[in-house]
Amino acid sequence: MPSEFQAPANVTLRPPVASLGPLGWLRANLFNSWPNTILTLLAVWLIVRVVPPVFNWAILDAVTGQQSAAACRAPGAGACWSFLSEKWRFILFGLYPPDQHWRPALVVLLIVTMLIVSCDRRLWGWALAAIWLTGLAVVFLLMAGGIFGLPYVDDTRWGGLPLTLIISVVGMVLGFPIAVALALGRRSELPVVRALCIGFIELVRGVPLISVLFMASVMIPLFLPRDVTIDKLLRAEVGYALFFSAYLAEAIRGGLQAIPRGQYEAADSLGLTYWQKTSKIILPQALKLVIAPMVNNFIGQFKDTSLVIIIGIFDLMMTAKTALSDPAWLGFYKEAYLFIAVIYFGFCFFMSRYSLWLERHLHRGQRR
Amino acid sequence: MSIVTESIAGSAEGSADMVQLIDMHKWYGEFHVLKGINMTVSRGERIVICGPSGSGKSTLIRCINRLEEHQQGQIIVDGNELTGNLKQIDKVRSEVGMVFQAFNLFPHLTVLENCTLAPIWVRKIPRREAEATAMKYLERVRIPDQAHKYPGQLSGGQQQRVAIARSLCMTPRIMLFDEPTSALDPEMIKEVLDVMVSLAQEGMTMICVTHEMGFARTVANRVIFMDRGEIVEQNNPIEFFNNPRSERTKAFLSQVLQH
Repeated sequence: MPSEFQAPANVTLRPPVASLGPLGWLRANLFNSWPNTILTLLAVWLIVRVVPPVFNWAILDAVTGQQSAAACRAPGAGACWSFLSEKWRFILFGLYPPDQHWRPALVVLLIVTMLIVSCDRRLWGWALAAIWLTGLAVVFLLMAGGIFGLPYVDDTRWGGLPLTLIISVVGMVLGFPIAVALALGRRSELPVVRALCIGFIELVRGVPLISVLFMASVMIPLFLPRDVTIDKLLRAEVGYALFFSAYLAEAIRGGLQAIPRGQYEAADSLGLTYWQKTSKIILPQALKLVIAPMVNNFIGQFKDTSLVIIIGIFDLMMTAKTALSDPAWLGFYKEAYLFIAVIYFGFCFFMSRYSLWLERHLHRGQRR
Repeated sequence: MSIVTESIAGSAEGSADMVQLIDMHKWYGEFHVLKGINMTVSRGERIVICGPSGSGKSTLIRCINRLEEHQQGQIIVDGNELTGNLKQIDKVRSEVGMVFQAFNLFPHLTVLENCTLAPIWVRKIPRREAEATAMKYLERVRIPDQAHKYPGQLSGGQQQRVAIARSLCMTPRIMLFDEPTSALDPEMIKEVLDVMVSLAQEGMTMICVTHEMGFARTVANRVIFMDRGEIVEQNNPIEFFNNPRSERTKAFLSQVLQH
């Protein structure tokens, strides 16, 4: 054996330097090929064309403060933020009595606080359920009043952002457990349960939300005895929650199907009952797998609240439209829709960011 | 044709039968997997079942805790007959520990939580007590330091030892092993077999489906050879390995003992 042979020393090398400074980055990412260069130039041209006019419209030429519609209609005037100064309370709170606006404002604050508090995983479980149930009870107390010296406000006068949030959040709180039950029922070994769940899901998924809302508001009263009336908002809410639960159930079923057989068998072999197995082993894993599609559902559902407009419920979309129909302020569509778009976007963006954080957080150290 | 030898050394005389299979049949659809299995396991017995793949050996032990349902004959585990009665099934399952080829630990729970879940929820043991018991068994399988990790952070051998500890936490009266080392890297097989050997030495009743013939030789009281859904031959390990009677056993042994 020749003794000159030397095994290569076991050295660890640093990774090669990928780019050198900002110029290197530009070359590597924006101008690394002809098609990419063309796209970069095209993007620059678009930015130059679009950004300055929008900036002028929204900031430089904008009409702000307590000005009249006439000032906004002057030639060369940009965005009419005065419209919002005049109408924001109406858009946010609808027909709610103006001297009581602190109540819906508090409701919005309360719901947002509950949403943020829900992000704390230490509270997950019965604590969170208790927080939401009490929270929602307080929400209804504040909105309806008629107790503790608060004047009674009928729910036909509720509107705007608090109503949108209430419909959406109650829809989630009601719809989620139904969705879990439907998803489990769809995989049940009992043929009757399975058939009912499949039938319900397919039926609800097969019709548009608008028709479900119509049914809830027009058809249900036809089948009820003459002297029984159920509140329109409640009917819409139930229809909305059921509709939503059918979609969510399918997302959850996807998670259930992804759980390996071995997990069921291990739980069975330890003598766990069906409900113990489902609640301790299967659901925690399945729900974690479908966070992304579930949040997708939540976001879609939040925006779908705007469809209740069709049965005359005054949600955020409806109040914006109504504000626009004021003869003194006709035609400021851009400002009104931009305003509510920002609100919708804020909530949806929060949900999507939260779901990303949650996925990363829950999967820490738990790779299979 | 099956040759059944009756010369089995009962370990504890007069002890009740832990498992009794009487003319047990199972079909998967039209396929006849188990064809009239008769088998008795006494308390403290250590049985190794071997046979070519597809012979029904895994299905057999999975029937003993009703992960598979048999369609004909009787299965009696520690005096409880397995029927459609769900309460009875859960009772049997809580008395019968099972270790799987793929470990099947719960990935969303820590090692300690894996071990305490069933004692807390099935046996209604207080959490503190269940955790103390779990730590005792984790020490026995020599991984107490991993108690707060998640299964995904452990090696295959460690995971399988956790799976054994998880079963032991239910203080089972009998343990079933379904090819416990088949999914392991060679250098991890020994650590799992060591745990199983020490369990056997303490008198645990065990039924083990395995291809580890060395384990069968040193630990088993009785080796059962299965082929095509029936028990072809059973004997004590010395006779079984040195003096197999049926041609099928000889052929099988010459295959597995070549290495």
